[in-house]
This record gives sequence, structure tokens and C-alpha cells, in this order.
Amino acid sequence: MTLNVLYFAWVRERVGLPGEKVETEAATVADLVRELAAREARYAAAFVDMTAVRVAVDQELAGLDAPLAGVREVAFFPPMTGG
Amino acid sequence: MAVRVQRENFDLGDEVAALRAGRTDIGAVVSFTGLVRDMGGRLTGFELEHYPAMTEKALAAIEAEARVRWPLQASLIVHRVGPLAPGDQIMMVATASAHRQAAFEAAEFLMDYLKSRAPFWKKETTVTGAAWVDARESDEAALERWTSRQS
Repeated sequence: MTLNVLYFAWVRERVGLPGEKVETEAATVADLVRELAAREARYAAAFVDMTAVRVAVDQELAGLDAPLAGVREVAFFPPMTGG
Repeated sequence: MAVRVQRENFDLGDEVAALRAGRTDIGAVVSFTGLVRDMGGRLTGFELEHYPAMTEKALAAIEAEARVRWPLQASLIVHRVGPLAPGDQIMMVATASAHRQAAFEAAEFLMDYLKSRAPFWKKETTVTGAAWVDARESDEAALERWTSRQS
């Protein structure tokens, strides 16, 4: 499947991209993170501590165990600091 | 029942006037405005980034939850994005109800959830450089009083 993967704030800065299309068979968010981290050092740097990263699946907050079947967009970002 | 994300400034008075325009059933309006503070002269400004496809959806969900919990007659969330300077307005919430308690509580609830559940990130520029603002544990802890109340 092709996923639209987005990065925000320091995750975006570490990866060096705001987003990209990713061709993957990852079953869960955690699988996708492992695939991305194995690609290049900049991805590994972004995902080195997943307790510091939040995930949204199709624009809804989700956990690392969230399944990716039928999903179109996955976003990675730090804890939110609005307000 | 409205949520807006914008780069432009807003006028609190105009927003509250629009919220209650033409209504005679509202007994209380509570509003909160968040401002950029200079932190003793250290902060020169910040940039607010957001996740456009998710932001309004997340804010609308938070607002819908508030309306389940309190008898609100109207509510509004406005949040700015882009570059902001000390003294600038960042965001506002306003809640309207027949009585003050619901309006006060709902405004606090909206703020607590907005701070850690809506996809905004602040990057501060200070005299020593730029850095992403860390989320505070106290912000996460602030949500607990609302979840414990449910049980």
C-alpha cells in the first residue's frame, strides 16, 4: 500500500522532509517506524525515542500498535504545545 | 460551536459579541485569551506550526466533548498559527451558558484539552537561539481531573 507519511516540528526537522509517499506492507505503526528507522540515520534520529513521539492515523491520535490496513495518512510529531 | 485556525489577529470583543448576537437566553460568557509573553525579555518571538488536516477536526472533537458535559449555548475556539511576537494574542476560547459555573468549567476544559490534544507546536526564538517548546507534564496532569470526574 502507499501511505502519505507526514512529519511535524522537530520530527520534520530531523527527517528533513515535511512528508512523503511511502510504499510499505507494514501492519502497524510500530512496523512502519521500524522500516523507516532502518532506512537512514536521519530517520533513526527522529525515531530514537518513541516515548517522545506522538502518532496520528488518518488525522486521529493513535498508538504504536494501531493497524495500518485501509489507512491513508500517518503523521509523526512531538507532544503538542498549543494554547 | 465554532472553531477557527488563522494567521490573522482577532478581536475578543467582536468575537464575543458575535457569539451572543441575537440571543437572550445566555446568562454567562467566559472567555480566555492566551498571549505571547517575553519571559523576562529572553523571548523574541515564536513560530506556531500545525497539522492543517487534523487541527480543526481535533478542535471540533474537543468542543463536541465539552458540549456533552456542560449545557453550553455557544462556544468558540480561535487559534493563530505562524510567526508571533511578545504581546501578541495566540488563541482564545469563549463559552456561553445560562449560568456561570458551566461556562467557567467548560472554558477550562477546552483549554486543558487544546493544550495537549490539538496538533500545534511552538518553536521559540530567544536571545540564545531557536528551540521547540517541550510539553509540560503539568499539561498532561491537567487532563486527569476531567477523566477522573467521568468515573
